[in-house]
Amino acid sequence: MIADLLNGIGLLLWRVVSDQPDAKGALLPVLPAVLQPVVSAVLSVAPIIGVFASLFALTTLLERKGLGRIQNRLGPNRVGPFGILQPAADGLKMLTKEDIIPRSADKVVHFLAPVCLAVPTLLAFAVLPYGRNLVPLDLDAGLLFFFAVGASTELSIFMAGWSSRNKYSLLGAMRAIAQMISYEIPLIVSSVTVVMMTGTLSPMHIVEHQAGFIWGFIPHWYVLTPWGFAGFVIFTIASLAESNRSPFDLPEAESELIAGHLTEYSGFKYALFFLAEYLGMFAISGLGVTLFLGGWHAPLPGLEWIPSFVWFFGKLVSMVFLFIWIRGTVPRLRVDQLLNLAWKFLLPLALINLVVAAVWHFTAVWTFPGALVVRWLLGAALIGGPYVLLGSALSGAKKNTLRVYRYAT
Amino acid sequence: MLGEGIIKGMAETARNFLGSYHDAARLTTVEFPEDKIPAKESARNFPFLVHDGEDAMQGLRCVACQICEKECPPKCIFIIKDTNKKPDYVGKLQFQPKVFDIDVSVCMSCQICVEVCPFDAIKMDTDFELGGSDRFGGLLLNKRRLAKPNSYYHTIHPTEAAEVDGRLAAEKAKVEAKAKADAEAKAKAAAAAAAAKAAAQTTPPVVASTPAAVVTPAK
Amino acid sequence: MEIPFAILTALTLVSALAAMSLRNLVHCALCLALTLAGLAALYLQLGAQFAGFAQILVYVGAVAILVVFAILLTNRGDQAAATRAPARSWVTGAGIAVAVFAVLARVILTSSLATGHPMVDRGSPTVKDLGMQLMTQYVLPLEVIGLLLTAATLGAVIIALPEKKTPAAAAPNH
Repeated sequence: MIADLLNGIGLLLWRVVSDQPDAKGALLPVLPAVLQPVVSAVLSVAPIIGVFASLFALTTLLERKGLGRIQNRLGPNRVGPFGILQPAADGLKMLTKEDIIPRSADKVVHFLAPVCLAVPTLLAFAVLPYGRNLVPLDLDAGLLFFFAVGASTELSIFMAGWSSRNKYSLLGAMRAIAQMISYEIPLIVSSVTVVMMTGTLSPMHIVEHQAGFIWGFIPHWYVLTPWGFAGFVIFTIASLAESNRSPFDLPEAESELIAGHLTEYSGFKYALFFLAEYLGMFAISGLGVTLFLGGWHAPLPGLEWIPSFVWFFGKLVSMVFLFIWIRGTVPRLRVDQLLNLAWKFLLPLALINLVVAAVWHFTAVWTFPGALVVRWLLGAALIGGPYVLLGSALSGAKKNTLRVYRYAT
Repeated sequence: MLGEGIIKGMAETARNFLGSYHDAARLTTVEFPEDKIPAKESARNFPFLVHDGEDAMQGLRCVACQICEKECPPKCIFIIKDTNKKPDYVGKLQFQPKVFDIDVSVCMSCQICVEVCPFDAIKMDTDFELGGSDRFGGLLLNKRRLAKPNSYYHTIHPTEAAEVDGRLAAEKAKVEAKAKADAEAKAKAAAAAAAAKAAAQTTPPVVASTPAAVVTPAK
Repeated sequence: MEIPFAILTALTLVSALAAMSLRNLVHCALCLALTLAGLAALYLQLGAQFAGFAQILVYVGAVAILVVFAILLTNRGDQAAATRAPARSWVTGAGIAVAVFAVLARVILTSSLATGHPMVDRGSPTVKDLGMQLMTQYVLPLEVIGLLLTAATLGAVIIALPEKKTPAAAAPNH
């Protein structure tokens, strides 16, 4: 019995590491029938929570270190060698703090808000393909599932802001909702291009469509096509806004709103919000990797022997690093700039990108030599032209003129 | 073109990021408890009491005049004057403070106590590592903790200390010269009085006011 | 299969009751969102993935937020409406309720549940099937709904436009 169990666990681990299908099937037959569904569920859920919670801890440290280096500072280096135990110290501090509930707060809603935020954020991880045979839930409408659970986080942010009975909380929550609703549209429209090309809403199949190499060495990832590149850029900008990260961190702009909807939260509830924010960032980065960066596919032909989930997490961490890099570079936007960017720039470009994707799709029948290059240039012109025109029209509207002072000399 | 500035900015931050690893001159951080920057001469934070000589309590320049206590805007100085004079480090009898406390948790480092002190007894310190586990007693500094030798004053503010020393020496010289002149005048007056007394024995006492007239110019 | 259904039904019904009876309007809106989510869960249990996810995306994600915003922008959410609804609203409300009930009753009475015909299990439709149906058989209703939504969006934009000042109002007072 024990030997069988150990054998099953060993086989399961081996199948995971070596990219073989049906890893759970190695362990489940060993167990009694009553336990099988429970263990199956735990085997799907526990690794997600474990891996992404540790990635969260690691990211908080790397973010502080990276931002420090960008600003020519050292970053945290006191707790443990090179500060690697800093997340543990932060976590202990967070968990031992007093849990304060404002006297006039709506206690039930105030308590439920972080829970309602954390649950959908975790649900979003269910449909991402982490490796060749590693997807917790292969849904036919997986992409729709992802956006549906993403959309239901907005209500919990409203709950947090409203129940705190604090004007900063409410303002922050209102801003967060306006921002998330606005950027959800470019996010979805830019993802729709991929759905158009692959004809499926299942992330697993979308990744499978990106297999193979052009001319033997250029991976067949969508980011390397004109519509895919434009879609990826729009997707990245919109996902920055969706995960409330700088330069779109208006909902918790410290200098004006204290901490937005988090103002009245402390201790473990604050930690839950913080965790949900980072998990949301990982989930949406994972979706970007799946849609545009080829998911778990290796970037070069000779590298397929490396387990596929290594590539997935490598790409995910690169996306997170890009987010940190942007945070260290770009200052926060104003509310009107934020909404203008979404409605006047990203949305039209995303719609035009749909047309570009259609052109790419219908020119796929061209077979003359060099057709790929011609198609590429055509697509680039179709999306690049509107980009330049729209950009100059929007940014050229306000010219820098010499300021004239009426009363001062 | 739109987005150019963002690319430029990203390149700049990437340069900073990579540069901070190979170019140590970029990192301006001083890792405090291990490395310290010596305080600048103009630095100041909380006041201390200057003493001359070896024994701190005996050599305090402070004479408990309480001007600083009255001038202190946040009222962080507390002085109780001693009831009798005690010999200072050169043996001269002087009033001294029985209690001289400064609450540095209240002090706002305005330096007004230093400006008003006529005896150059209180000066600004540069020591900032005053943290402790006792919030009240630990930050209420008594005269034993406040007293620091003149040599310490010379190490933290050399120019100012030299100027103060020069002024004090000049004043001392002036006082000594005056004392000498006084002594001489006294001696002269005594001599004159003696002479007048001798003369009064021969002449009638009508001109008895003359000795006073003689003494007056010497005053 | 029966126990999850019972739980979901109870959740949906209780939250719907709460949405009607609670005094605090924001609480009502949150309960309504819970009701909508419960309905989505029921759809999912019936194997209608697309309908379930679309329900969450549209109703929990957008309509609930719209309701909440409307409450916050028009009325103070923490105050219960103290005034009684006027009699005419009662009549209108009752009329709408009867109409909705009549439509639902007709649909249920003509469905296979009432007529006793056995249901044909065609398997869960995929998103692709739905898309094909929408683009072929139901393309006219789809286009009509699209047109209606476009008209509604244009109307909203026109309402939101800053009002042009009339010459008299724009003229300064001097």
